[in-house]
Amino acid sequence: MSSYNIKMTVNGKEVTGEVEGRTLLVQFLREHLGLTGTHVGCDTTQCGACAVHVDGRAMKSCTLLAAHVDGADVVTIEGLADGDKLHPMQEAFREHHALQCGFCTPGMVMSAIGLVNDNPNMSEKEVRHGLEGNFCRCTGYHNIVEAILAAQQTMRG
Amino acid sequence: MYDFEYHRAASVDDAKSKFGGADDARYMAGGMTLLPVLKQRLDQPSDLVDLGDLDDLRGISEDGGNIVVKAMTVHHDVNTSDLVKSKIPALAHLAGTIGDPMVRNRGTIGGSLANNDPAASYPSAVLALDAAIHTDRRTIAADDFFEGMFTTALDEGELITGVSFPVPEAAGYMHFPNPASRYPIVGVFVAKTSDGARVAVTGAGACVYRVPEMEEALNADWSPDAVAGIKVSADGLNEDIHASAEYRAHLVTVMAKRALAA
Repeated sequence: MSSYNIKMTVNGKEVTGEVEGRTLLVQFLREHLGLTGTHVGCDTTQCGACAVHVDGRAMKSCTLLAAHVDGADVVTIEGLADGDKLHPMQEAFREHHALQCGFCTPGMVMSAIGLVNDNPNMSEKEVRHGLEGNFCRCTGYHNIVEAILAAQQTMRG
Repeated sequence: MYDFEYHRAASVDDAKSKFGGADDARYMAGGMTLLPVLKQRLDQPSDLVDLGDLDDLRGISEDGGNIVVKAMTVHHDVNTSDLVKSKIPALAHLAGTIGDPMVRNRGTIGGSLANNDPAASYPSAVLALDAAIHTDRRTIAADDFFEGMFTTALDEGELITGVSFPVPEAAGYMHFPNPASRYPIVGVFVAKTSDGARVAVTGAGACVYRVPEMEEALNADWSPDAVAGIKVSADGLNEDIHASAEYRAHLVTVMAKRALAA
């Protein structure tokens, strides 16, 4: 089978790589680029631990081919902070202790930013509904929801 | 996932030629169903033809009395389209119930219809609204399109380009979601079209289907009460750990009532 040379922007930096047709975006990020903040949880498009932004939209990187997003602008959890200054969503997760084991956290943060970008005036119910593609197996949803409600206020400015 | 030759189509013609030149190819729209299937090794195509660059197959417009949704339009865009929300709010609502927000950012209407999953949401809207499915070579009426489980009237290599939905006088959609996958265990789309009432059910059987006895009742009286007493047969309905055939049959009436009240 053939290999493919791809080029994309990841966290503001142009990157290139050689992948197989079947290489997933999450594999490319973790194994080729060493960006291991994006997690693989279920690997079946359900848990959302692998969430990243592709051209500004939150997506599950375990269900995208790397070749599929050739030329795209990708942002991962590593690309959110500005130096030592955390993104408002990261800051809110820290402030509200919105994690237990932390495995789902990168995906939660990326997904949550996508939700706030679409609707910065979510009710608690809308936040909970919006998170249906993200699983926290510690079941620590309460503080995650609190953090997102707090972050949307900051992000509204 | 087994490996495959990967192609990116630059145009509909290019997609068809790459598909035709391959041994056993699949088109990929958003990939929200195809990639999970490949990851489970349930399919082993020789080639994959990615339609992701076909921007002329994206978009929603009004054409006469129809809302035209092009094939590569993602669920999020149908869900949030002002045009769809004002003309066929039930369709916008349905698009917002598919998968989760991240799946809706990628999954497309064309992909969903070509796959024709027994529990997919869109087929119920297409069938109830008497929509027309446009392909690269013809237009197929909704009543002729859905043939069976994961089976459609599409020929090998035929590509959906868009769907025309006639704007109904009234319509509603309600589903009972599987608590884990969110796929409809039963979903019912009701529409009052220029040719009368149409009721389409997804999730309950092997393929989306209409319920003539409900349509007849709704032609006489378009209201939840009109269908409340109609019990549909459980014969041939799906049965799994989530719901028995009898329970699904019961849900058809309950969801129809709720869709009419929505």
